[in-house]
Order: sequence, then structure tokens, then C-alpha cells
Amino acid sequence: MPAEAAVLQDLHQDIKQIGTGYEERFGFAMPDRSIVKTEQGLTRETVLAISEAKNEPEWIRRFRLRSLELFQRLPMPSWGGNLSQLRFDDMTYYAKPTEGSSRSWDELPEEIKRTYERLGVPEAERKFLAGVGAQYDSEMVYHNIRQDMEKKGVLFSDVETAVREHPDIVKRFFGTIVPPDDNKFAALNSAVWSGGSFVYVPPGVHVDIPLQAYFRVNSQAFGQFERTLIIADEGSFVHYIEGCTAPVFSKDSLHSAVVEIIALKNARIRYSTVQNWSSNMYNLVTKRAFAYENAVMEWVDGNIGSKVTMKYPAIFLMGEGARGEVLSIAFAGKGQEQDTGAKIFHFASNTSSVVTSKSISKDGGTASYRGMVKMEAGLHNIKSKVECDALILDETSKSNTYPVMDIRSEDASMEHEAKVSKISEDQLFYLMSRGLTEEEAAVMIVNGFIDPLVKELPMEYAVELNRLIELEMEGSVG
Amino acid sequence: MKGLRIDNVQAGLESKVILSDLNLYVPDGEVHALMGPNGHGKSTLANVLMGHPRYQLFKGAISLDGESLLDLDVSERARRGLFLAFQYPAEIPGVTVSKFLKRIADLRKDPPKNASAFLTELKQNLAFLEIDPSFVNRYLNDGFSGGEKKRMEILQLLTLKPRFAIFDETDSGLDVDALKIVAAGINKMRGPGFSALVITHYRRLLDLVKPDAVHILERGHIAASGGFELVELLEKDGYEGVRRLSGTVKEAVYAS
Repeated sequence: MPAEAAVLQDLHQDIKQIGTGYEERFGFAMPDRSIVKTEQGLTRETVLAISEAKNEPEWIRRFRLRSLELFQRLPMPSWGGNLSQLRFDDMTYYAKPTEGSSRSWDELPEEIKRTYERLGVPEAERKFLAGVGAQYDSEMVYHNIRQDMEKKGVLFSDVETAVREHPDIVKRFFGTIVPPDDNKFAALNSAVWSGGSFVYVPPGVHVDIPLQAYFRVNSQAFGQFERTLIIADEGSFVHYIEGCTAPVFSKDSLHSAVVEIIALKNARIRYSTVQNWSSNMYNLVTKRAFAYENAVMEWVDGNIGSKVTMKYPAIFLMGEGARGEVLSIAFAGKGQEQDTGAKIFHFASNTSSVVTSKSISKDGGTASYRGMVKMEAGLHNIKSKVECDALILDETSKSNTYPVMDIRSEDASMEHEAKVSKISEDQLFYLMSRGLTEEEAAVMIVNGFIDPLVKELPMEYAVELNRLIELEMEGSVG
Repeated sequence: MKGLRIDNVQAGLESKVILSDLNLYVPDGEVHALMGPNGHGKSTLANVLMGHPRYQLFKGAISLDGESLLDLDVSERARRGLFLAFQYPAEIPGVTVSKFLKRIADLRKDPPKNASAFLTELKQNLAFLEIDPSFVNRYLNDGFSGGEKKRMEILQLLTLKPRFAIFDETDSGLDVDALKIVAAGINKMRGPGFSALVITHYRRLLDLVKPDAVHILERGHIAASGGFELVELLEKDGYEGVRRLSGTVKEAVYAS
């Protein structure tokens, strides 16, 4: 065997360890002690049972029932990840873990509290965050915001509370950014939604340190359907972070969220996601933001886990001077499909957008960039730049790029670059000639590949992502 | 026996034989020059010494300070004190120069005691090589000019302080100022505990480095060895002039 093949084969062995450590660190499960749980499968009765458990207003109940009909009527997507094994009838759609949400970790049932401690959520809250929401199966069991932020008028709660306490704001925006008929999974979410965060930042208020929501699925063959609604009023700023994990089960689960974001005039919102679902999770999410005059919307989207992810954070640039940015990192390992990307719609003049996507595929994983940039006719001074880099670590893995550009305005500049690369033998030899082992050299190259994006993540997540990659590349050498 | 010793080496790229009956000895504390026409095996020798996985050693022995290098992989050879300054250094996007240098400094025999010791050392090396300090925040070799890449190799040389260094045409494509800096870097390392093989086509680097011996590699083996007069002869009469000497000086130097 030529020495080159031997090197590459060694490398395959090194990086074969995807998912190592997940089970211990994130993949554990606690006993199921749900106090309300719907029966398996989804019917009108399921939806009514959820509505009743929540004791919600009539308009929400009608919204759900309408959405259920849409869900039943709308077709499955004919493109994207492989959903042929997804069994809607096998899922449980609602599980309520506790009676109401708490503002103190100590008030939570021991096992739930222990779950979040093991995941490091309370510690992160003390160190870096202005507020935390923690969802366990279907409900936000914990929600808290620092008093100084509360005094400035920042609202941060679960969506159900917002429906009760701020119906005027909720009614104005809820379901308007992502309408239920947008796609089958948006309809599904709208029918059975539960939990998620509501954020409202008053005019001119800057939430200097991030708010975070942590989504945890504990039950088996379970569907989690939170909705998140964030409104940044004129001239305000907020950085919202979400993280998610689940136990490793043999049966598949489903996470189908809807995220609606409104950045009003001169506001700026950064929304960062570190998706680290277990390998039995279908992650089919609709995320969209409207950015008005001179507003800035930034999606930072990291996808590491899940079985199949289909997620294309969208930005509608609605007002002049609005700017949108999507930074996307995907890691597709064994049995994983990361079908991710971005959608940018330029609806106003003097708007600009940047999409930067980096993916790594290995061990038979498939990472696809799927993106759309649309510029309406009659606008002027529109700029967009899309850059996709893929790193493929072995022969069995795949990377695809599906860019769509629909440019109708004549005064527009559109740049698109796509690059696929492999870890080169020259790079490995170079680093090893300085004393690095082959494994460390490979990790250094992979970490370097995503570094420009990781830098955009909050510190603790950046460290976590680097650690995860080290863990996943950890090998059999030595 | 202190120094690098190459005995009867037959080696090549994958199954193709490029070097044969190659003998060379670089004693401790000496810097030797290796010259020779293109395509006759100079870079192959550099790669074989460093242990590039695509290069095969079919027979012979290579040892450093009496210890064989043959069973060691690339990184083990590096940690034994072998260093290769590349003709075409690889680009490693996303890895900053400072992070990389800190990591490799920690891998050398006497690593810096702490981060501040490393920084002091780094600042001295940067000043010595006339490299702008902002350089260390750039990604390793990524988008570097040819000259910057070569300076980066010399910066790594000073950081790693190897036992034995191979310079593979480090002078190619350098302007006079950069050439002086590269030579100063090599000369700074000179002394007991360091030896080197300087692969080059040109006299201008050797004028600054002043090698202790000069070898001509032709058709896969050392065709002639001698002192600086070989460089002068080469410049005057080309390789044809050197060929007339072949076989005589070689044995004498090898035996020393």
C-alpha cells in the first residue's frame, strides 16, 4: 500500500470517533415524571388537550386548529434531507414536566435541576448571561432575567406568559413573520407549539450581555415545538443564544421550532444557535427575521448534532439601509445530514447581506448548503455576498451546494464563492514536521477551517465547539 | 558519533528510485551546503530525512547523534530535533502564527517556562528577523508573500532551536534584504549542538552563511565534496567543471 494511502487511512481512524463522549456529557436521560402527557400520535384531540392544559385564550386555540388542518394538507418537502423514516404517528406531542415555570433553580424537581447543572446552564448564567430560559420537553421550567434588565423594561419570558401578560404585543407579531401555511413544519409547530422565549427590548435599550434559552428533550420518541418571538424596538440591541441537547435513544425524536424576529428601525439583533441534538433527532426548523430601516440582523448558526437538520435562517430586509448577515457552521458525521443555509430577501434599496457558510463532513455524513438570495425589481444599491467553504475529511462523506440567486434589480452587486477542500497531505506533513502528532495536526487544520466563524460565537460556546471537534477527532493513534 | 549520518541510502518517491549509494556526514556544529542540478534528488533527500510518508527508504541507514531515525515518523523526528525549512511552506488558514508558535515551542526539548517567557523570546526573535509584531496575529502562511513565508520558516527555526536543520532552497525568490535576514537566522543558530544542511542553487546565500563543507548531489548521489572552492568552480564552469573533480574529494571528506 502506498504510504499516502496509509496516512489517509490512519486519519480516517482518527476521525472515526464522532459522537464519542456525547452520551456521557449530553446523552443521558432522567426518568419520565411528566405530569401531563398526550397520547402518542397527532389528532384534533391532541391539539385540544394541549390547548386545555395551557388554559389559553380562544384566538390561540383557533390558531392551533387552523394550523393542524394546514399541516394535514401541506405536502412534505420534496427536497432537502431524507425524511422517509420520520414517523409522525410514533411521536408524543406534548409532555408537561412541572406545574408552572420557576425563577429559581432550587424550586425545580431534583432531577430536572440536576440535568441543567450537568449541562452547565446555571453556571453559564452566573458567569455570562443577562437571563436564562430553560425548556424541558414541552415547557419552559425556568425563566429568569437580571433585575437591571427588567428595570429597563426588557421582557423575557416563555411565550405562554407573554400571551397572558402582553397580548397586545404578541397579537401584533405572533404568526406574522412565519405564517402557519409557510411550510408543513411551520404548520405543525403552529398546531402543537409549546414553550419558547418571548423577548421584547424597549427603544434604545442595549442588553449588553446575552440572553440564553436552553432546550432539553428528555422523553423518548418525542416532539418539541417551541416558538420564539423576539422584538427589538427602535435603536435597541440584544444578543440571544440558544443551545439544545437530548438523550441518545434508539427511537427517533422531532424538534420543529418556529422563530420569529423583528428588528425595528435602527435595532440590531444577533441570534446564535449551537445545535447539538443527539443523533436520533430530526431537526426541522423555520427561522425568519424582518429587518426594518437601518436595522441589522445577524444569525450565527452552528449545527453539530441531529440525524437530519433542515434549517435556513431567513432575513427579510424590509427597510432602507437594513443589513443582514448569516454565519453558518455545520458538522456532518456518521449517519448525519446537515441541510442548512440561508435565505435573504432584499425588499428595499440600500440593503446589504453577507452569508458565510462552512461545513465539515466526515464518516459518511452529508453537509449541504442550500441558500437563496432574492433582490426585487426597481431597487437600487443592493449588495450581497455568499461564501461557502466545505471541508470533506474522507471518501465516504459528501458536500453539496445549492445556491439560488434571483436578481431582478439592475443596480445590484452579487458575489458568490464556493470552495470544497480536503485536509491536504502537505498541510499534515508541514505541521508534523514541527512536532505535532498526526491527530493534533488534523484537529488544528479543522479548527482553523472554522475559526473565522467560531470567533463570532460567545466565548463559552467557542470553547465548547473547539472541544467538541477535538473530542470528535479524538483517535486511536498512540 | 555526533552529527547526522547518511549511509548507503537508496530512496525515492513511492516506488521510483531517486537516491542511491548516498553517503553524507554532517558533524555536530557544522553547516554544510548541498548543491546540484534540478531533478537530481536534493528535495527528495530533504523529504526522506524528515520522513515524508510518500518517500520510501529502500535501503541504507540514517542516524542523528548515533541514533537511527528510520523507525520514527515525521513528528517523532521533529521532536528528536530535526527541522525542515520548506521550499513551499503549506498554508494553514485559521491558525494564528502566535498560537502555532506557542504550541510548537511547548513541544521542543526545553519548552519556555511560561507564557511570558515565550512572549519575551518571541519578541526578541521578531526583532532579530525584522518582522512586524502584527505578523503573529495572521493565519499561518495564509496569503503570505514568498519572502514572508521564508521569514516564517526562520522564525520557526529560532523558536524550535532544532538539533539539525535542513534548508530546502530557502533563498529562492528572496530579495537581498530578506536573504540577509535568513542568513542571519541560520548563523544565529550556529555552534555546538546545531548542524545544518543548506540546499541551494546559488552562491549568494553561501557567501553569507559560509558553509564548513560543500556537497554536489548529482544523479542521486554525492558526486563531489569539498570546500567553498566547489562553489566558485560551479559558478565558473557549471556542473561540467565539478564532474571532472567527481570521486576524488568526495571520499576524503566522507572519511573525516
